[in-house]
Amino acid sequence: MLIDWFTVGAQALNFLILIWLMKRFLYQPILHAIDVREKLIAKQLADAESKRTEARQERDEFQRKNKEFDQQRAALLDQAAEDAKAEQQRLLAEARQAVDALKTKRQETLQNDARNLNQAISRRIQQETFTIARKVLTDIATVSLEAQIGEVFTRRLREMDEQTKEKLALALETAASPALVSSAFELSAEQRVAIQNALNATFSAEICIQFKTSPNLISGIELTTNGQKLVWSIADYLGSLEKNVSELLKIKPETKPEEALETKAND
Amino acid sequence: MHLSPDEIIFCQHGFFKLNATIAFTWGLMLVMALGSKLITRKLSMGHKRSRWQNLLEIIVSAILQQIEDVGLRYPEKYLGYLGTLFLFVAAASLCTLIPGYETPTASLSTTLALALCVFVMVPLFGIEDQGLKRYLESYIEPSVIMLPFNLISEISRTLALAVRLFGNMMSGAMIVAILLTITPFIFPVVITLLGLLTGMVQAYIFSILAAVYIAAATRVHRPQPDIN
Repeated sequence: MLIDWFTVGAQALNFLILIWLMKRFLYQPILHAIDVREKLIAKQLADAESKRTEARQERDEFQRKNKEFDQQRAALLDQAAEDAKAEQQRLLAEARQAVDALKTKRQETLQNDARNLNQAISRRIQQETFTIARKVLTDIATVSLEAQIGEVFTRRLREMDEQTKEKLALALETAASPALVSSAFELSAEQRVAIQNALNATFSAEICIQFKTSPNLISGIELTTNGQKLVWSIADYLGSLEKNVSELLKIKPETKPEEALETKAND
Repeated sequence: MHLSPDEIIFCQHGFFKLNATIAFTWGLMLVMALGSKLITRKLSMGHKRSRWQNLLEIIVSAILQQIEDVGLRYPEKYLGYLGTLFLFVAAASLCTLIPGYETPTASLSTTLALALCVFVMVPLFGIEDQGLKRYLESYIEPSVIMLPFNLISEISRTLALAVRLFGNMMSGAMIVAILLTITPFIFPVVITLLGLLTGMVQAYIFSILAAVYIAAATRVHRPQPDIN
């Protein structure tokens, strides 16, 4: 008999036990390990995918920023170049202005210097000229010259125009103190008498006068009374000459230095 | 010369007896359980794993894939039963290389036991999947006339399973034994190798047929064509 029923039952039981053993020791652990690994791989793949997405996003972001940065840099460079150009223009304009101002100032200074120098020279020349003239006239002034001056003064008294004469007469009448006759030299008795007579004759009255010596007159005679003055002296002439020369010098220096500077600047 | 390892009885107490079939089955069970226990004791969950773990994973994955290919929707559910069926028959055939070993599958008792397990498990899975009523209705489809034929088919295929495996395994062992007496040395080795191949093929056939029966008893799962 090929079939032994006890063995059949035992083998069926054995088989069922084997199924349990295999489930317990083989399938469950192996399937668990496979599941865990699959989950791990899936997680790693998901991680990789998310990282790739993140990396792509970051790359895009970086590229965008880079582009923005490039644009900004270009814009800033352009701006900087424009600013630099504007600043250059401004600085150049400022420098030009400064140069112009400096030039003008220097010109003014030069003009002032030249004018001052010219004026100083002119004044000096003027002073020297009149000093020399005064000295010469003082040196050549003698008693005879004085006599001549006395005669001239007397003649002038007599030939005085009416207007001056009236003013002087009014002054002599209202004067409290005697009229003062000043001269560079001591007048002789004759001269004094002649002057007294001339005055008396001119004003038809007894004029009370007082004689005084004044070297400042250089050569000449002066009648002073109550604010009115009648003078004849070389100093007077010299004074009016000096005044004229000074006026002439004041006009002349204003033109000369400018011309000189302009020619310099052109060079 | 024994036709079946059932005939080698180590000890007997009345109805109970310990024959070579049961003894070698226990040995086989011990080796398989211990081997699995040893290999799965230190399983790696990461990417690096041992060669043995790799081997077991390949075997289990291949079995799962085969079950799925047959048309069963949840292969993990049937893995315990069908996988063990395959592994037991395959291991029993593989062990024929060991001298003095008598394969338990060369015993009609063993193959009948396995076939009876299939005979019981198929309706169980069918009822579990479809419910008792619908499962029983499948016997009278398309017509009540088919009921006896369906019942005969159930019994005959169980017998066919048992006899097919027994015949193949027994014949292999018999041929080797006969050849050993006639032409020792080369031919028995060749025939043993052939027997190994036959054993593997029978293990595959036995488990695949069981799977097909279960698939027929449960709702047929037609895998959707992969559009992607």
